[in-house]
Amino acid sequence: MARGHPNDARLNEPADHFATLAQQEQASHLGMWLFLTSEVLLFGALFGLYTGYRLEYAADFAQAVQHNNIAIGTINTALLVTSSFSAAWAVHSARLGSRRGVVTSLAVTLLLGLGFLVLKLVEYLEHFQAGIYPGALYHSTELPSHGANLFFTLYFFLTGLHALHVVAGLSALAVLAVLGWLGRHTPERHTSLELGVLYWHLVDVIWIFVWPLMYLQK
Amino acid sequence: MTTATLPLDVAGASSPPDYLRAESGAWSWLNTRDHKRIAVMFLGAVNLSLLLGGVFALLLRLELLTPERTIMSAGAYNRVFTLHGIVMVFMFMIPAIPTVFGNFLLPLMLGAKDVAFPRLNLASFYVYLLGSALTLWSMVAGGADMGWTFYAPYSTTSPAAVAPVGLGVFVLGLSSIMTGLNFIVTVHTLRARHLLWHKMPLFVWSIYATSIIQVLATPVLGMSLLLVAVDRVFQLGIFDPTLGGDPVLFQHLFWFYSHPAVYIMVLPAMGVISEVVCTFAHRPPASYRAIAYSSLGIAFVGFLTWGHHMFVAGISVLDSGLFGVLSMFVAIFSAIKVFTWTATLRGGSIFFSTPMLYFFWFLFLFIFGGMTGVAVATSSLDVHWHDTYFVVAHFHFIMVGSTLTAYLAALHYWFPKLFGRCYSERWGMVSSILVFTGFFFTFMPQFLLGNAGMPRRYYSYPEQYQWLNVLSTGGASILAAGLISTAVYLAVALARGARAPQNPWSSRSYEWLSAAPPPTHNFLGQPDFERGPYDYHLPEPPPALAQPSPGE
Repeated sequence: MARGHPNDARLNEPADHFATLAQQEQASHLGMWLFLTSEVLLFGALFGLYTGYRLEYAADFAQAVQHNNIAIGTINTALLVTSSFSAAWAVHSARLGSRRGVVTSLAVTLLLGLGFLVLKLVEYLEHFQAGIYPGALYHSTELPSHGANLFFTLYFFLTGLHALHVVAGLSALAVLAVLGWLGRHTPERHTSLELGVLYWHLVDVIWIFVWPLMYLQK
Repeated sequence: MTTATLPLDVAGASSPPDYLRAESGAWSWLNTRDHKRIAVMFLGAVNLSLLLGGVFALLLRLELLTPERTIMSAGAYNRVFTLHGIVMVFMFMIPAIPTVFGNFLLPLMLGAKDVAFPRLNLASFYVYLLGSALTLWSMVAGGADMGWTFYAPYSTTSPAAVAPVGLGVFVLGLSSIMTGLNFIVTVHTLRARHLLWHKMPLFVWSIYATSIIQVLATPVLGMSLLLVAVDRVFQLGIFDPTLGGDPVLFQHLFWFYSHPAVYIMVLPAMGVISEVVCTFAHRPPASYRAIAYSSLGIAFVGFLTWGHHMFVAGISVLDSGLFGVLSMFVAIFSAIKVFTWTATLRGGSIFFSTPMLYFFWFLFLFIFGGMTGVAVATSSLDVHWHDTYFVVAHFHFIMVGSTLTAYLAALHYWFPKLFGRCYSERWGMVSSILVFTGFFFTFMPQFLLGNAGMPRRYYSYPEQYQWLNVLSTGGASILAAGLISTAVYLAVALARGARAPQNPWSSRSYEWLSAAPPPTHNFLGQPDFERGPYDYHLPEPPPALAQPSPGE
């Protein structure tokens, strides 16, 4: 008996348990949005924790924020925002049926994302040299307070988790780029590309919140 | 307005086999995408969890039979009550009704062939197994002793094996999110033609409300437990006062999920009860919208009540007052449900059977548990009862009593649908009475113990508390006997029960429109979704033309 194997679905046919392709795409999009919502709450817990500790240690947090390299933080923001644009351009190209446009846009996105990771790594190394580590390993002489220690523990956890999301997003986009090169994103059907790019936008949006909390607040 | 359109183009066609016989072999089960088979696999898994958690409970009650050490040391007692709580909450009560009955019935009630993402559905089962394995691995690794609430800084400093449990529950949460996401999308995109939102069976509404909580609240718990686990491995000290951390913040994060989690357990139970009461009173619900919207109301208010777990943890008097009042709002929505269910009975032609009996037990436990809930939401009273057996008795009544009786009601009500077999109604009734009597005598004495000041989480107690503890242990034994006998006669029914008719309770709800057990694609032809799920003024719809071929 035939069963619903979504991966068996030929390009323009819906899976077995969907009546139409439109219905299936609507389901995929809704599923992705719900997943993104749960991701927002995952980070929301950390933002909540940040708020709680910032209220408790306002002065220490302000000092710790100033220690962070605002130039790197801002360049990284610019990199991610630009990469969101190029990722959106990939979807636009798919709608126009331009295979080359899809692949080039995704390649640019990948490069920008990798640039972000490299800068992040440079920043971590700077922190380690100053004795700034998460948790009990923390031994900064410049900022010896409990509040600064907590700030940097949250900093490493939040930016580390975000970096993992960047890696996941880049991996997904790399696969989508290969599929694009094989011509799998047609003007009629490019849902997987849309969803991957949607995820990439979320990674960007989360960073937009991390940036002021970790680099700009006074 | 409704014309009973018969299933089309199937007369004369040879009937396809039901989902149980469509394919055979272990691999056809382990690799299935069929929501019904996944539901049956979950049924086996959560029943095993119930058994395991039940054995832990009996060990606890055995220890508490005498004031001093009976069968285990204080350390072992801590480990057993921790595992009892974690297994029951995260491996039985949270997944039980959604993954078994939600999975099986949602597509049937919506007229769909399957859930929106069948592969994700199967994955959620394996993720559940992985999470359970991680959790139970802690037993081998030395046990965990921090209670199911993981309170820091104890959980981050205890020498016991806390990290595997933290990770295990994190993974179980992942499975829960996958299930919730799948169900929300299914309800939005796979309803049959003519099936508008206000014609969905009430069970769908409650599963929908549950799924929203699962998707929104579980990540926060996951993050809190991940922090605890990472803290233990890398000494983050994020909740450790010696590094400036604040343990109360952990409690905020934990209860932000874990209070709504109570509604993850009880909302599906309410959905089951709504279906059972309408079918066995043979009447539509007294108010469909009151039941449907109060589920959403509970899901919403449930996010604003977590502080009532922290009245003595150092939150301000203003906060306590606010959280107390907000918690009482839940009682309003719950009361709307209770009154609607009882009003549904009025004027109905009530048919007594095992599921209906469980409905009455549910009603008693839910009302009693709910009223004591209002009592403990009053912060001045809670200061007296906090951390005593009164709280233990309260949450077992409301959370366990409601969920367990509704789970058993569902198991009996839909047993003919799931397996196409009849169980012994007499054994069902007797066991049901045993379950309720046992439950009542297990926890009623605990209200009295708590009110008299007996604290929870100790393996010993002063002698004046003994007779009530003996009573409670006796009750637990009766409860165990009732559950074991249920397992036995249902197993017998599975093997040798008479074949069930398609619609044994003459229900009007959509899931009974398909054969029992249903074929792999659920419906043959297009079932009639123009009629409502509670149209008891209309004649019973004719049985599906193509009954599956009788098996043996």
